[in-house]
Amino acid sequence: MEATTPKPLLELRGVSMAFGGLAVIDNLDLVVNEHEIVSVIGPNGAGKTTLFNLITGLYRPEAGEILLGGDNLVGLAPHTITNRGIARTFQTLRLFLNMSVIENVMAAQYGHTKVDVVRSMLRTPGWRREEKQIRARAEEKLSFFGQRLMGYRWDQPAYSLSYANRRRLEIARAMATQPRILLLDEPAAGMNPVETHEITDLISQLRDEGGYTILVIEHDMHVVEGISDRVVALDHGVKIAEGSFEQVATDPRVVEAYLGTKATATK
Amino acid sequence: MSETPEHPETPEAPPPAETPDAQTSRIGVDSWVAESEARRSRTPAALLSRGAARTPDPLKLLVFVAFAVSLPFWTSSGDLFIFGTLTLISAALALGLNVVVGFAGLLDLGYVAYAGVGAYTYASLSSPRWHLHWPALATIPIAMAAAGLVGLLLGISSRRLLGDYYAIVTLFFAQAFASFTNVTNPGDITGGPNGLPNVDPITFFGHKLASYNQQYYLILAIVVILAGATYLANMSRTGRAWRAQRDDPLAAQAMSIPVNRVKILAAVMGAAIAGLCGTIFAATYTAAVSTDYSVPFLILIYATVILGGIGSIAGVLLGAAIINCTLQFLAPQNDHPEVKRWLFYGTIILLVAMLKPVWRSLLVLVATIGFGFAVHALAVAYASHKWTSGVPSSGGSWIAHWAIIPNTDSFTGLNHGNFNNIVYIGLVVMVVITASLKGWWRMLALVPTLYLTVLAWENLLAASGGITAYLLFGVMLIALMAKRPQGLFGEARVEIV
Repeated sequence: MEATTPKPLLELRGVSMAFGGLAVIDNLDLVVNEHEIVSVIGPNGAGKTTLFNLITGLYRPEAGEILLGGDNLVGLAPHTITNRGIARTFQTLRLFLNMSVIENVMAAQYGHTKVDVVRSMLRTPGWRREEKQIRARAEEKLSFFGQRLMGYRWDQPAYSLSYANRRRLEIARAMATQPRILLLDEPAAGMNPVETHEITDLISQLRDEGGYTILVIEHDMHVVEGISDRVVALDHGVKIAEGSFEQVATDPRVVEAYLGTKATATK
Repeated sequence: MSETPEHPETPEAPPPAETPDAQTSRIGVDSWVAESEARRSRTPAALLSRGAARTPDPLKLLVFVAFAVSLPFWTSSGDLFIFGTLTLISAALALGLNVVVGFAGLLDLGYVAYAGVGAYTYASLSSPRWHLHWPALATIPIAMAAAGLVGLLLGISSRRLLGDYYAIVTLFFAQAFASFTNVTNPGDITGGPNGLPNVDPITFFGHKLASYNQQYYLILAIVVILAGATYLANMSRTGRAWRAQRDDPLAAQAMSIPVNRVKILAAVMGAAIAGLCGTIFAATYTAAVSTDYSVPFLILIYATVILGGIGSIAGVLLGAAIINCTLQFLAPQNDHPEVKRWLFYGTIILLVAMLKPVWRSLLVLVATIGFGFAVHALAVAYASHKWTSGVPSSGGSWIAHWAIIPNTDSFTGLNHGNFNNIVYIGLVVMVVITASLKGWWRMLALVPTLYLTVLAWENLLAASGGITAYLLFGVMLIALMAKRPQGLFGEARVEIV
């Protein structure tokens, strides 16, 4: 941790969400400090992705507040929340498959650009300037991944990318919205060991070089151990443990959530 | 789609649009292998589609303009109107629909009603109906704004509807518009079934554009402007937002795109373009009549966009030419009856040529010709010559030596109408049988089916242009969708991967 006093960037206070009587997130408090990497872990169905959907405004919480830098986000439209500085990736990849790689990243800059359709059709100097900026920013975000998404790949359709490259493109696309905090939903899912190792380094780089605060959902405990400043464990929508990786990994409630009760667990 | 392996040898130039036709979906063949095979294939169709994909878009537009500008110099003025002006009007309409359906992915079935709004607005302001004769430079923007406003209201009220639900609401709107103009007609503002006649021709600064040539060049200019404008809109921030929310609305929202707003923008733009086309339509036909803006016309515009390739401007222009010219050639009163026949036999031969390998299609064709002569010879030998002495309804006579065409003039106890019905029902039955058979049996069944098709065409279909046109479009679209689901110039889209 840094020497300076941690400043909370994203804060959830008593957030609850239920789907037809089933409490998915129950009175959850969560703080992510500026320049911090926080991992959310928990067994399947613990409410991790729902948590992301609540933060990004796809769902509206039934109770509680979600604050970004002190401003309440509850009730805002998803695109407004993204403009405020929260960007996410999806566990099930959701790229704009029929658009080219670079267009995917360019499209995500909609909220931070202004030239309207009439000026676009007239190709005014303002459009030219802004388009140049959009493209430069897209190239910059793509270059974050070394040669993986560069060169001839820019103009290929997104569906032609390999699985790992699609995950990278999703991250690049999220970065293009100029977020303060990145929400990564299982960035290492479906990757081979080498790629998993790469993604671990990449997430640290995103924080150190990109300057993003990161909230990440991950199942791969090596990744979680490698990147996390802090780990939060969820089970049935309730926070069951929080702290460093060692603290959480050895917490009896976390072990129980993953492996069952002591009576049935054979360890 | 399976995982695509890395391929470092790929050149800098992006590969042409992949075509997931029968080639790519072969079982056991990796998609990348199939794609690279398709890229290297040397068949005329592959060369043509690659050539089209590599030609830069402005060059395509230039070729189109050069051809279109030269058209009045080598066609009669009647042909220019039928094949030129009408093609361009449907091209302009299809360009607007392409924004809504192609770029933004909204299934808008009320599209023709916007053209109707434009037409009626123009007809109200520039006709003897209210004794208003405003100049076109004033009425056209008003008509566009009126259509755009209707599009905006409909878009706002149905902005949360997705896919099929949006389609149903817009279709309802189209029907409501038709009823309103045709039946409701409050205060006789729409003229009821008669519409608003005697609409002024378009005038610019006092110059009337009344001749076929002038109209043609005006509409050509509009089409070129629309093609350019929609292309530029698509290649911009807004166009990217349209396509992003078309591919994945949820992800688009999460990537800072206000999905409802960009959808409404597309709907309004499409409506305004349709409104513009409506004014041209009304001015060209010198009337606004509600039946012009109803479902059959909607189907034609959709067919244009689908045939050419959804989202492709070049495709839309080509689609308009194919659809409109086919329709006009099939029209009963057209001056080129022989073209009608060539269209029909060309389509049949193309369909047969889709059989693989090639010798199969040749075999079927030869067998059909042989079968025809055999049947004809039998009819000549054993039946009254009245059975075979008829004149084909699409003109010409050589075909009568092969196809059985009963003489319609003579009353020989043979009822000509029944013959047609029997042929038609027999054709439908044979098509069903052929479709349910496999292998050699199917090829065997194909021979009499083709012959029955010819009989149905020569005796029945060629004479009734309207129905035949729609049948032919149906067959054309089915064949094209089977061979090339993305349309002629469209790019294959991936839905779920």
